[in-house]
Amino acid sequence: MATTATHHDIHHDTHADEHEHHEGNFWTNYIFSQDHKVIAKQFLITGIFWALLGGILSVIFRLQLGFPDASLEWLRPVLGGWITPDGKLNQEFYLALVTMHGTIMVFFVLTAGLSGTFSNFLIPLQIGARDMASGFLNMLSYWFFFTSSVIMFISLFISTGPAGGGWTIYPPLSALPQAISGSGLGMTMWLVAMALFIVSSLLGGINYITTIINMRTRGMSFTKMPLTIWAFFFTAIIGLLSFPVLFAAALLLIFDRSFGTSFYLSDIYIQGQALAHEGGSAILFQHLFWFLGHPEVYIVLLPALGISSEIIATNSRKPIFGYKAMIGSMLFIAILSFIVWAHHMFVTGMNPFLGSIFMLLTLIIAVPSAVKIFNYVTTLWRGNIRFTPGMLFSIGLVSFFLTGGITGIFLGNSAIDIQLHDTYFVVAHFHLVMGSASFFGMMAGVYHWFPKMFGRMMDHRLGAIHFWITFVGVYLVFFPLHYIGIAGFPRRYYSFTNFAFSSGFADLNMLVSVAAILTLAAQFIFLFNFFYSMFRGKLAPANPWNSNTLEWTTPRNPQHGNWPGEIPAVYRWPYDYSKPGAKEDFIPQNVPYSETPESNLPHENDQIKLESSGDSGSIVIGPKH
Amino acid sequence: MSVDIKIVEEPKQPMTMNPKKFGMWLFMVTVFMVFAALSSAYIVRRAEGNWSYFELPALFWVNTVVILISSITLQWAYVSAKRDNLESVKIATIITAILGIGFMVGQYFAWADLVTNSIHLVGNPSGSFVYIISGLHGAHVLGGVIYLLILLSATQKGLVHSKSLNRIEMCATYWHFLGGLWLYLFLFLLLYR
Ligand code: HEM
Ligand SMILES: [Cu+2]
Repeated sequence: MATTATHHDIHHDTHADEHEHHEGNFWTNYIFSQDHKVIAKQFLITGIFWALLGGILSVIFRLQLGFPDASLEWLRPVLGGWITPDGKLNQEFYLALVTMHGTIMVFFVLTAGLSGTFSNFLIPLQIGARDMASGFLNMLSYWFFFTSSVIMFISLFISTGPAGGGWTIYPPLSALPQAISGSGLGMTMWLVAMALFIVSSLLGGINYITTIINMRTRGMSFTKMPLTIWAFFFTAIIGLLSFPVLFAAALLLIFDRSFGTSFYLSDIYIQGQALAHEGGSAILFQHLFWFLGHPEVYIVLLPALGISSEIIATNSRKPIFGYKAMIGSMLFIAILSFIVWAHHMFVTGMNPFLGSIFMLLTLIIAVPSAVKIFNYVTTLWRGNIRFTPGMLFSIGLVSFFLTGGITGIFLGNSAIDIQLHDTYFVVAHFHLVMGSASFFGMMAGVYHWFPKMFGRMMDHRLGAIHFWITFVGVYLVFFPLHYIGIAGFPRRYYSFTNFAFSSGFADLNMLVSVAAILTLAAQFIFLFNFFYSMFRGKLAPANPWNSNTLEWTTPRNPQHGNWPGEIPAVYRWPYDYSKPGAKEDFIPQNVPYSETPESNLPHENDQIKLESSGDSGSIVIGPKH
Repeated sequence: MSVDIKIVEEPKQPMTMNPKKFGMWLFMVTVFMVFAALSSAYIVRRAEGNWSYFELPALFWVNTVVILISSITLQWAYVSAKRDNLESVKIATIITAILGIGFMVGQYFAWADLVTNSIHLVGNPSGSFVYIISGLHGAHVLGGVIYLLILLSATQKGLVHSKSLNRIEMCATYWHFLGGLWLYLFLFLLLYR
């Protein structure tokens, strides 16, 4: 280490030494840590816990859908009174299961678990910062999430059951405790948990944006930022603008539920009795909810897209195709995501002309999405592909993004949506494009950055097995649901056995359920690999994938503060893979152009001259020893 | 060890801003978005008809003046801090806090006026919205007053002076924001009744 800097070298890392040899106790190091890497791992572990629980819930209701006549008596030890005396799943509990599954997956796994883990872990490491702008708020963000998790978890065990109105909690169903048991205490706890969750997301988001804009290392201009960082940046902005709207919606709902106001309620009769609520509008809730709800799908998806851009470029050993187009399309998607919400409301009696405007805006999203898919494929094209588990999952993401995205074009048409709305076609669509694609992005990220997180490698072969079973399993689960949806199966139904038309699909439903069980079972391969490798895996080299970004310049187990010495400066974009003339097939971002004369392009040589002309604009670097 | 020295181009330091101040601006964006959501909910709901009309309490006018004056007094505190006139910083901050509390008390009495006018929280949404919007804004003012008290204690400890203005700048930014926000909400309620 001998980077002796002369003149103008700006030390904005003066507090580095405070951090270096600083050792706290167990509590400050692992529990109430302010180190972004530890907080990221806390989010990851909590997210994995929720993913497992959400998956188990879905398999329980898949059992009901695939085997409506089977006895579920054997679940009584776990579910207790929710199994009826004749061995069936309680019908209201079915709704609660669906609701909790959706809520858990969308918010707790793919928002907190995904953004929370990778934004926290990668932002400081990839932009060259010692930590987040505010370690304290970052810690607070995790603990708000944790408290929210605890409340949501407890709500699973109360006697009236957890919230049952669907993850979209539409009133009047969710507003009236008399309506179903899942609108009682469970719903109250859902709202409290989500309010805390929103606070957590906002604290996180404020930190991410502040850090990205203000804490970049020398040379890290916006056009040298890895696409992961761009993705996290847009995600945080979307969250910052949309989560407060959900908060407002929930606030009004809380007042309707607990204080007797009528924002969403009007003209309701229960058992012949008119309720006092007068003058509210249920559609109002849908507007507010979907103003968050649609951007939320991009909050879930964009980080996964960013992660896969990075992994695909690294493992194709090629520069990402269309770096600026990738940023541009993410920006375009982020903007569009705020003006398409009413495509969820085509059948609410909306003015058909307004419907066609929202249809047009929705269909435009296909353009930037297609640009992204094109760029992934062209990056892969004729690359020296290395099929690491992270790479496999990234390619899987591209596949799901494509198959799921195509059905979005159907659903975005206001006329076709009349037939397809609220059927299993929708379930198939969003599970592929949002659920599976983001889930695969998350898995890809875990496999790819595990060596930096835990200093050890995960097992390749187990990773590949995990990938193939999950990939095939996901298609087996969700592809048939398209047909079931077109045939007219509505979602959120406990059972279809009373409808004659459904009997033709009984086998298909059984297949889906079996595939779901297998897919869930395959996740235990991952869990084993994850925890086993954490303690017993092969020791990881500092840069196992020969990658360019800054996190790989840290030691094997980076301490609080990330770099033992000075923070590296950045001289080039992150995608100099297989550059013609270069000695190796990658050139990390912290290698100056002046050290790579053999591979520089003419304009890069000019840049050296420009920046080192005169005696003030240069740094003298001593020998490495 | 041979010493071969190389000349390397110097990377530029990216433009940055104080992270805390920047974070404060982002926080204000989120607060604004909550109220933007409430006001668009108001517009959407109002467009559907069945909307009862009533006069806003006259006290709202008085309270608006109070909160605007409090912005001026806090600005006075800020200017005094710049000139290291710590006594007036303290006095001006205290006056601002008192005005802030006065504003909240005033809002409370405005609610009482609404009640005598038979506009209750429970009833037609047109009235409920006024309670929710002014109440939520009041909650933020309460937060602002607490922030002022923290600033006061920092001044007491000598942490606020012409070389260290961040604290008072951030507090003033937030306080002006709350004033501006109320102005927006009040005008909004006046225009769309
Ligand atoms: C083991 C994998 C999974 C299976 C078998 C599965 C299955 C299902 C099924 C069949 C439904 C519809 C139930 C109904 O409408 O009656 C459903 C609902 C849902 N799932 Fe999944 N799912 C899985 C993973 C995920 C993931 C990763 C996400 C993340 C986005 C997700 C998000 C949702 C949402 C948001 C709903 C709607 C809940 C509602 O209607 O309120 N699921 N899931
Ligand atoms: Cu949408």
